[in-house]
Amino acid sequence: MNNPTWNTKLLSTLVMALVLAACKSTPMVDKPAAVEDKSPAAAQAATKPAEATVTADTSPVKEVVIDGNATASSNNPLKDPNNILSKRNIYFDFDSDAVKAEFRPIIEAHAKYLLANRSAKVILQGNTDERGTREYNLSLGQRRSVAVKKSLNLLGVQDAQIETVSFGEEKATAACADEACAKQNRRADIVYENE
Amino acid sequence: MYTLRFALFFIVLLLSPTSHAALEIEISGGSAQQLPLAIVPFAQVGSPSDNISNIIAADLKRSGMFRVLETGGVASRPAEISQIKYPEWAALQAQAMAVGKVEVLAGNRLNVTFQLADVLKQTQLTSMQYNITPNQLRTTAHKIADVIYQKLTGEAGIFASRIAYINKVNGRYSLQVADADGENPLTMVSSKEPIISPVWSPDGSKIAYVSFEKKKPIIYVQSLSGQRTVLASFKGNNSAPAWSPDGTKLAIVLTYAANSQVYTINADGTDLKPLTKSSAIDTEPTWSPDANWIYFSSDRGGKPQIYKVSSSGGEVRRVTFEGGYNLSPRISPDGKLLAMVRNDGGKFRVALQDLTSGQVQVLSDGAQDESPSFAPNGRVLLYATRVAGHGALAAVSADGRVKQRLNESGGDIREPAWGPLIK
Repeated sequence: MNNPTWNTKLLSTLVMALVLAACKSTPMVDKPAAVEDKSPAAAQAATKPAEATVTADTSPVKEVVIDGNATASSNNPLKDPNNILSKRNIYFDFDSDAVKAEFRPIIEAHAKYLLANRSAKVILQGNTDERGTREYNLSLGQRRSVAVKKSLNLLGVQDAQIETVSFGEEKATAACADEACAKQNRRADIVYENE
Repeated sequence: MYTLRFALFFIVLLLSPTSHAALEIEISGGSAQQLPLAIVPFAQVGSPSDNISNIIAADLKRSGMFRVLETGGVASRPAEISQIKYPEWAALQAQAMAVGKVEVLAGNRLNVTFQLADVLKQTQLTSMQYNITPNQLRTTAHKIADVIYQKLTGEAGIFASRIAYINKVNGRYSLQVADADGENPLTMVSSKEPIISPVWSPDGSKIAYVSFEKKKPIIYVQSLSGQRTVLASFKGNNSAPAWSPDGTKLAIVLTYAANSQVYTINADGTDLKPLTKSSAIDTEPTWSPDANWIYFSSDRGGKPQIYKVSSSGGEVRRVTFEGGYNLSPRISPDGKLLAMVRNDGGKFRVALQDLTSGQVQVLSDGAQDESPSFAPNGRVLLYATRVAGHGALAAVSADGRVKQRLNESGGDIREPAWGPLIK
């Protein structure tokens, strides 16, 4: 009985019925209600028009265009499709940030590379599926990137070479209809700085 | 129920003037107490442009507060109060009527005059005069609608305010600003990487947002005139900006230490201070209008719920108890209502909680409704919904009775933010 949703529905049905009834009848039979001037400045409503200026809100909006600056690369082990370092995706189970055993070789390869190239830096990007709000999923994705970071830490990589961020649901494949699609979104990506 | 809904929708379609709005608006409910109002087509002296009385009428009709009368059957076309033959308009059942004129002046300027009359008392309620450039005509129409709304309801009108949202077209993200009726969309920034979480500064001159252009979320502040600065680019995520009511500070979310936590920072990027301290996710901060509280969402209790903390820090209090999943808090301008997104049996919907009584009302009826944003007078909420697989905007009155959908063909629109009142 106390369900506000139900009450709203009932109310809106009544309102619609009333509006419909009003539409069917001629408007002439409506009993007019008085026009009430509720504004505080009612007394000042003189016959002399008030001057008004239109300023700030019509100011033109200037567009800023951001374009990517991908760096071309040849014989880079990170880009070589035959090198395990080119593999960058770690997938997770639903509602989980546990790194599964099948992804250990990828993480170990990147740990080795980072230890050998102390100036290299990685950004670990966590991702989620579309369920939930954007900002909340941003935080959830963060948990996955932190999970990969901890795996790298255990292999000796220092925090100075790692940054963990999240894309939340922003890189989710749009409108996933099934689990096979959604699972592609629950992942952490390994991205090198300046690539 | 369905027949009723369809019938009403059909009637509304018949009554609506043909428009090619960038964002189409559909009204699927109405207020029982609608004031009958006549907007006489404005006299056009040497001006070939569209008649602004159509824009004024559409604004007022959309508010759900007025029954905008068809004036085609009345012979006279008064352009000022002295020309009104009141019995004609009383016969139409008009209680109030607006008359006006647009004149072309020298130097490519327009003079717009407008008067609002009480038909029963046969008196003037207000009058305005605007000396504008032709491209200010739409805005002027919205301002006139605001004057009429304010005069007849006693509340501030919102038609001249602007909205911002994110649009994704052909894989490219853009932050756009449009009039409150969805017309006149302008792009502020575009990028091939995601842009999320736009929020207006309280003075309406700037928008803070999160851009992923540097492969991570960074908070930018950009003025409408195009000046763009980085607000927060700390290690990890920088997201969920929320301006303080006086515009001097923002609450933001960083993963600087580890998990998402709420911080405050001055609008110039100085004086970063941690606000929450938990091992859970704390995010989506928003300020109460009196600036005393910051509401945020957190899964510290297991499932995400809304909490609040003093804006100077301290003890955290839980605010939502109904339902197992509540996110994206927004406080009404009068500080009395909390809007949020709740998981309602697998459907994400906009709900409103009375902060005094604790009573919750679900306002929207979609399956993936997100990002509620109050109109500056608190009467309407804008939110993101999904229509035929793409993102669209919708609006609902705070009492749940008037619903509108705003669709832009070809776009994938999300994360609306309603700007402040235009003075």
